[in-house]
Amino acid sequence: MLMGILYSRVRVEEKLLIEELDRQGVPYELIDDRELIFDLDNPEPWAKYDVVLERCINHSRALYSLHILEDWGVRCVNTARSASICGDKLLTSTALVRGGVPSPRIKVAYTPESALEAIEQLGYPVVLKPAVGSWGRLISKINDREAAEAVLEHKETLGTYHHSIFYIQEYIHKPSRDIRAFVVGDETICAIYRTSEHWITNTARGGKSSNCPVTPELNKICVAAAHAVGGGVLAVDVLEDEERGLLVNEVNYTMEFRNSIAPTGVNIPARIIDYTLAVGQDGVKPVKVTVPPLAARRESIL
Amino acid sequence: MATATVECPECGAELQLDEGSIKGEIISCSDCGVDLEIISVKPPKVELAPEEEEDWGE
Repeated sequence: MLMGILYSRVRVEEKLLIEELDRQGVPYELIDDRELIFDLDNPEPWAKYDVVLERCINHSRALYSLHILEDWGVRCVNTARSASICGDKLLTSTALVRGGVPSPRIKVAYTPESALEAIEQLGYPVVLKPAVGSWGRLISKINDREAAEAVLEHKETLGTYHHSIFYIQEYIHKPSRDIRAFVVGDETICAIYRTSEHWITNTARGGKSSNCPVTPELNKICVAAAHAVGGGVLAVDVLEDEERGLLVNEVNYTMEFRNSIAPTGVNIPARIIDYTLAVGQDGVKPVKVTVPPLAARRESIL
Repeated sequence: MATATVECPECGAELQLDEGSIKGEIISCSDCGVDLEIISVKPPKVELAPEEEEDWGE
């Protein structure tokens, strides 16, 4: 067994994963994505890896690397499929809707005019997000028409083309927290509440973490969400809606967990390594996603 | 047990690299708080960590 760790820089998470590999005595190699060169005609140097654990900080580097490696038959955690869906909020939402996983209502438009109409259909406030983005970056809460017109114009004028893909999400009136749940394979291994007075609760933006019990309902919706987007080792962000209960907001495929080990008491890096070893050894297959016939919104799985 | 000393390129403070430090690791300057990346352990060398890019994240 030889595990490759594909990374951009060694953050706390990568250090914890490396320490776990050393503790278990698993042979591994660190692959810095700033130094690697893929020769598409020569997969040979990569055949030595039984599995590659992807930990890139750039979504684009992760996605291309996973596609290339999987084309060569190198097993990866997570898969290129999970990365391509989870790395794009719009694809995540379509996968959740198709999978019958309760999630906030989404509208998509491509011009400021149609986006404004979509926003007014949903009703204020709404949340505007770039389809590709993380850590709460460039997320806007739009409270009225004037703000909508301003943000839409800015997005069209200033951004690259993908800022003209308007991903419009209903605003969920949640308690001043959300839930970050960690799914490994077929189990929600633990979860935290991320509490913040600000409506964006990412711990990267100051949200405080505390343990959140994994109820059967939370486990079910998080595993369903993980399977809907391709499965693997995923962090599912869940909102608590007053009427509809748990709604899956998004799914992350290169999860950060440094603030979640202490509150939950779960050895998250060990669980990630164990799963990755299982993929490398017995070829544990991440979920095969079946595409049901077109339905506006599949019957909820809950 | 600190093994090596480096200078923060931002504020000039003297920093200790821990024994388990590895190449590519991100540390913060204890004086000015800037993020630094360990470029090499032997000899010890740090640089300002790369700035956040548009597609960085989870």
